[in-house]
Amino acid sequence: MSKPQNVPGNVRSKGLVDYLNDENVRAVLYQIVAIGLIILAGWYLVSNTLYNLEQQNISTGYGFLDLEASFEISETMIDYSAKSDYATALLVGLLNTVKVSFLGIVLCTIIGIIFGIARLSSNWIVRKLATVYVETFRNIPVLLQLFFWYALIPGAFPHPRDALEPLPGVLLTSRGMYLPVPMADTAFTMMGIAAVIACVVIYFVKKWAKKRQDATGQPFPMFLAGLGIFVGLVLLAYLAGGAPTDMSMPELKGFNIRGGYNISPEFMAVLIGLTVYTSTYVAEVVRSGIQAVPNGQWEAADSLGIRRTVALRKVILPQSMRVAIPPLTNQYLNLTKNSSLAVAVGYPDLVSVSNTTMNQTGQAIEAISIFMSIYLGLSLLTSLFMNWFNKKMALVER
Amino acid sequence: MSENAKSPPLPTGTFMERAVTWSKKNLFDGWFNTILTLGSIAFILWLVPPLVEWGIVNATLAPSIESCKEATGACWGFVNANLRLILFGTYPFDEQWRPLLAMIILMGIICGSLGGVKYAGVRKWIIPMWVIGVPIICILMWGGIFGLTYVQNSYWGGLPLTLILSSIGVIFAFPFGLLLALGRQSNMPAIKTVSVVYIEVIRGVPLITVLFMASVMFPLFLPDGVTIDKLLRAQIGIILFTAAYLAEVFRGGLQAVPRGQFEAGDSLALSYWQSMRLIVLPQALRLVIPPTVNSFISMFKDTTLVVIIGLFDFLGTVKLALRSDPAWTKYYVEGYAFAAAIFFLICFSMAKYSAYLEKELRKGEQR
Repeated sequence: MSKPQNVPGNVRSKGLVDYLNDENVRAVLYQIVAIGLIILAGWYLVSNTLYNLEQQNISTGYGFLDLEASFEISETMIDYSAKSDYATALLVGLLNTVKVSFLGIVLCTIIGIIFGIARLSSNWIVRKLATVYVETFRNIPVLLQLFFWYALIPGAFPHPRDALEPLPGVLLTSRGMYLPVPMADTAFTMMGIAAVIACVVIYFVKKWAKKRQDATGQPFPMFLAGLGIFVGLVLLAYLAGGAPTDMSMPELKGFNIRGGYNISPEFMAVLIGLTVYTSTYVAEVVRSGIQAVPNGQWEAADSLGIRRTVALRKVILPQSMRVAIPPLTNQYLNLTKNSSLAVAVGYPDLVSVSNTTMNQTGQAIEAISIFMSIYLGLSLLTSLFMNWFNKKMALVER
Repeated sequence: MSENAKSPPLPTGTFMERAVTWSKKNLFDGWFNTILTLGSIAFILWLVPPLVEWGIVNATLAPSIESCKEATGACWGFVNANLRLILFGTYPFDEQWRPLLAMIILMGIICGSLGGVKYAGVRKWIIPMWVIGVPIICILMWGGIFGLTYVQNSYWGGLPLTLILSSIGVIFAFPFGLLLALGRQSNMPAIKTVSVVYIEVIRGVPLITVLFMASVMFPLFLPDGVTIDKLLRAQIGIILFTAAYLAEVFRGGLQAVPRGQFEAGDSLALSYWQSMRLIVLPQALRLVIPPTVNSFISMFKDTTLVVIIGLFDFLGTVKLALRSDPAWTKYYVEGYAFAAAIFFLICFSMAKYSAYLEKELRKGEQR
């Protein structure tokens, strides 16, 4: 038997070479070198930038945000005029991005789920149609689709003079779609409050129903009850507020249409393009999510005598949700990021407004840093929310 | 496979009888499916005949505005008349054989690389193909030697530009992405942090912001007197962007290699780079081939974004052709349909091939 090597007497004193061959020492050295190189490169770029900015007489800093923007934005959700400052302009752009992304996410989820399920249909023709839809629209660049819709909408619909009216009060023109909206009234504020109260009531009823079911096994028709509470309370508030019926109807006045709510062609193009493109990805996510649930789960539910509709809701969907949530998050983030393509068709989103700001003030670095950090923030927020949701849905093991 | 196991013995009878059985099972199984089938047929009848009538029956190919005005259908004449502008952009007309040849070579290399994944005989040529091919493509596109006239890259455009931007983007992003993925897996905290921050920041922002940064901020980064042109800036932006996505693809591959393989390398006293090169990466990269092809597809589609910073890629030249003559402007549907068809053909066939590869590569594990 040989002598063990690690007795203290065997250790000889370490030379420099030994230190350099030590893995831990090397790791520290590598890291110091890497960080040093990064700092050096960063310092080089920053010093160049500062020099170049000085040469071009551009002052750095975010002071320009308080200056008057002096450009108009065609679509605003908050009060904005050319007299407002750049910060407000950027906020308007951000709200427009959020608006189109939110609607796009809702719509692409609905359409994606429909086509995802249709691709698994037992009906041959439905299955093939869904496949054609998915394969076609996911293999064409989304920017091309935006350009197409943006060219199509003004081209396909008539001048406001001969607006199409598919439903009473709804006008389709080359300048977008016009919808009738109710005139502002205190009743609507009351309805909003009623909706919040209804949600609180539903929350407590649901808690009670779960407690009762756990204790006695008696199910409670929560969906119908919840719907009843919500609709009932909101309706009550509407009647209590005097049941206002005044509507702002879109009408042709002079050369343009006034009144109502205008959905611009730019907005429609961005929304349709993003929704169609992303829905094909959502459909694939939904399909693989459903396919990931083993057939045995259906059979297990059958053998417990659970009805098929209930089995889908309580057994299959919760499990496929677990598989589908991470890739779905990615698609939602992609849609939000792709909404920046709005700049190509002139929808005033965050990037578009920043671009104008950048061109007017020359503050390129500041403008780019603002929209990059906002997108990063949005991405992080979505990830955080989805991680929380994921954790909530995750399998609880021992 | 499960389908085969479940399917009943082959139906017998005449063709008609079998057709009836099949459609009863696949089309008219219950009232709900019957409604769906009838609805789908109605939809197809509503959509397809007018489309065929517009696109083929009443369409005209003649490259003149007059015949387009007469035709009630599609004006493919727009594409016919502007084909070279759409394909090659503003590249000097007499020299357009050069981008054509470059494009064919590039496509050949791409197909060869994809095929090399499957056929071992081609595999050893992948790297030599790129090493020899890229300089040839550069010489063809730029010229300036061998009697070729010099063509500034502000004249490049069309399909060759789209192919060059996306494939060069992926090729150069490949080593960078690999380093980032290894950095993210590293035990060294500083290197890991730098890699994670880079990957997450780039993946958190849209490509267009990276392109804006490349086109507006890069000139500020450079020392006085040094300039790089717009195309190169966009190309660098695309490489930086793609690297972050490829890094995540590679990370997936690295994580799929069992821990024991790393330990096996250690126990053979291989250095980090030796065990990576000889043991881990060959296994990891094999696994990530299909997702890498998918990254290339999405990069190919996303290259269209360079239109926004004023380059004329394939989509840009279509728009250029539409604007070239006011008379053509209203034939945007034909122009976009042509571009969409080309993009679709390339992306769809690559996606199918990647799905096929995925199945092929998994064969070794299935017994």
